[in-house]
Amino acid sequence: MSVDLKIRDVRKEYGAFPALNGVSLDIRQGELVALLGPSGSGKTTLLRAIAGLETLDGGKILFGDVDASSRSVQERNVGFVFQHYALFRHMKVFDNIAFGLRVRDKARRPTESAIKAKVLELLELVQLTGLEKRYPSQLSGGQRQRVALARALAIEPQVLLLDEPFGALDAQVRKDLRRWLRQIHKETGHTTVFVTHDQEEALELADRVAVLHKGDLQQIGTPDEIYDNPATPFVYAFIGESSAIPVTVQSGAAALDGAPLPVSRVAAEDGPARFFVRPEDVTVKELNGSSTVAGTVAALRRTGAYRRADIEVGAQRSRIEALLPSDAPISVGDKVGLVFQRYALFPADSAPATV
Amino acid sequence: MSAEAATAPVGRSLASPTTESAGAKLLLIVLGLGFLALFLVIPLFAVFAEAFRNGVAVYFEAFEDPDTQAAIRLTLLVAAIAVPLNIVFGLAASWAIAKFEFRGKSFMLTLIDLPFSVSPVVSGMCYVILFGASGYFGPWLDKHGIQIIFAVPGLVLATVFVTFPFVARELIPLMQEQGTSEEEAALSLGANGWRTFWSVTLPNVRWALLYGVLLSNARAMGEFGAVSVVSGHLRGLTNTLPLQVEILYNDYNFVAAFAAASLLAGLGLVTLVIKSLLEWRYGGEISSKHRK
Repeated sequence: MSVDLKIRDVRKEYGAFPALNGVSLDIRQGELVALLGPSGSGKTTLLRAIAGLETLDGGKILFGDVDASSRSVQERNVGFVFQHYALFRHMKVFDNIAFGLRVRDKARRPTESAIKAKVLELLELVQLTGLEKRYPSQLSGGQRQRVALARALAIEPQVLLLDEPFGALDAQVRKDLRRWLRQIHKETGHTTVFVTHDQEEALELADRVAVLHKGDLQQIGTPDEIYDNPATPFVYAFIGESSAIPVTVQSGAAALDGAPLPVSRVAAEDGPARFFVRPEDVTVKELNGSSTVAGTVAALRRTGAYRRADIEVGAQRSRIEALLPSDAPISVGDKVGLVFQRYALFPADSAPATV
Repeated sequence: MSAEAATAPVGRSLASPTTESAGAKLLLIVLGLGFLALFLVIPLFAVFAEAFRNGVAVYFEAFEDPDTQAAIRLTLLVAAIAVPLNIVFGLAASWAIAKFEFRGKSFMLTLIDLPFSVSPVVSGMCYVILFGASGYFGPWLDKHGIQIIFAVPGLVLATVFVTFPFVARELIPLMQEQGTSEEEAALSLGANGWRTFWSVTLPNVRWALLYGVLLSNARAMGEFGAVSVVSGHLRGLTNTLPLQVEILYNDYNFVAAFAAASLLAGLGLVTLVIKSLLEWRYGGEISSKHRK
């Protein structure tokens, strides 16, 4: 049966290098959660820690109400899909999927005919009926991925864990498999956690996304929350596109090189700060006194259906990118006024927003 | 079209830059084959020719000598003990090196190669110094009635020493390449350590293991230097087949010497054939084929 997953202040160090800095996270039964972050963010370490493939240096992992931290990987009953599938290369597809059932002790092991029925049922679920006699080397990447998933599902895991499930596949197969995994998740309802460095994949597939950076959980939320209200400079910079310019905050008002910034809510403390805005949240208008920010169009680029403009603002000529319709009447050197729909201010000394 | 015609002269096909001229090819092939014939085929042929010089009957008569029979039995016995020991040690060492990170790993790798770089005579001497009558442990062993040097245990020790690298050297690169993810997969599916070893790790290296065993067996049966030092040359007791060949030869018993030698040569040929078969059939699963 699928369970809730509670991760409490989990720590892990490799020598002096902290891979996980006290991460806490609640995953509800049947939820599909993405662990998203750049390489070195600790996302894979966290996934392996949930599986019991890494020992913890602190904290707890609960499966339902049961403390799994003290249990071995075998006892945890997790379905783990490895990045490069890790299919048993000398076993046929059938034996790969049956493995988890055959290694059970006598009391819990199904009969060979029950195992066969289960394997065939799983093959149908992953749409590989008829390939049970193939060896892994005779399958395509996408097919291997599905065998790996079927093998993990065979043991009726409490949680399903996938490490970069689409990392090694080409773009078209990725898209198909993504849709298909969503479908399988809907049908089977396993509590599922997958690791990815691909934000598009995370936002499209997951119910909730947990963004990790250097061993810290930056934010967890629905794709909308993550994209629309990034909680930290890192999330702002890592998810989607954004411009960041240095500003100063004084008594609730933000100023760009001395000129007041026409933004309403300023929660940041007094002092230097960074102002974040996404290209699609920038509107380019006529200059209109203090209700707009004055800028000069420095560069224009055509990207697909849109036109992108780099607009220099302030005395330091910081650049803000704006997304415009392709037929926007604008040219390089134009003086324009900017209005921001959505934006955020973070203290300048908070974690640098570089990815 | 016209531009292409201008750059590629008609009627003269350019050879690929890595292709030698026909003359150079022929020369290289003749040199290679000639060298092989001169240094390998002819001597090997001579062994059999000498052995059968006085006819088949005399050839088989040579094996009726009880000392020679004892030497054959002893060689088989030593190999039968040394090779399984090497399988266990080799598997354990390669498992440790390929699947775990620990301090002194590269030192251990170097150490495994030691028998390749040290003269076999030296390895024999080491055991004499350790276990010989005047060696470090000699008096203690003597007091307890244990004889190692000039007895079967010494022969086994010396043989294990010189053949140790074969199994480990075959397995380490392959195991390193395969990584640990299949084992992790097996564990996550509920298999215990033993089960994982028997149904995942071992099958993945079986052909490389067989290959290593084959080479190690050929060396174990053919080893001369190391066993010569620890053997004591007691006829019918501590002479292995290679030592027996030398003794017969020194006795001017040429037919018997070459007859015994032909057994060793035959073993070499059989090893070669099986080795080629393994490489041909399971090349991809044998690590030595990956090494470039």
